Amino acid sequence: MKKIVISFMLIFFGLFAATWANAEADLDVNTPAINALKSAMQARHSQLAPHYNSGAIGLTKDGLIAIHDATAVPLKDRGGINSLVAAENADRSALYKEIASANKHPEWEGGIRDTFAGRWINKAQAGWWVQGAGGWVKK
Amino acid sequence: MIKNIGLIFFASLLAACVTINIYFPAAAADKAADKIIDDVWQLKNGQNKDAAPAATPDATPVPETK
Repeated sequence: MKKIVISFMLIFFGLFAATWANAEADLDVNTPAINALKSAMQARHSQLAPHYNSGAIGLTKDGLIAIHDATAVPLKDRGGINSLVAAENADRSALYKEIASANKHPEWEGGIRDTFAGRWINKAQAGWWVQGAGGWVKK
Repeated sequence: MIKNIGLIFFASLLAACVTINIYFPAAAADKAADKIIDDVWQLKNGQNKDAAPAATPDATPVPETK
């Protein structure tokens, strides 16, 4: 009887330990490289925000931004809009890659990109344009 | 009898370690993404921009996974 109780407790503890060991650790996103990318993106956001609001630029389903409606870009901004979009996308792609490698799992880059794609769109303001399964959709 | 039980215990612990290495931490990724997006889009108003955000200490200690 006592042997059964002890072995039961051992199995129980083993399963508990397995669960405890499986608990997800937070991802480290506080590295110098990640913080630098964040700062650049934060600074650029003040230039991008009017274009999100006007529908000129929208959020894509792969975690990037793209021109949704070029005619909505004010004349004064038309010259630089393509390089603005390209610069933001370069930073975003670098961010996803950097988070994966900072956490010692470069193979996580795709999953991190997908996660961000969903969260950018989820947190987008009403009125912004985002890519759904079937094309551009206004939030 | 006890040896067999000990073997099962050790095997399940080993299985737990292997499992950690091959799955994608979706919840942790969501949390990290939210934190970064909130900063980039300045969604949490009233935060002092100069103050470094304090890392929230986990209540339960999480073991190092290698």
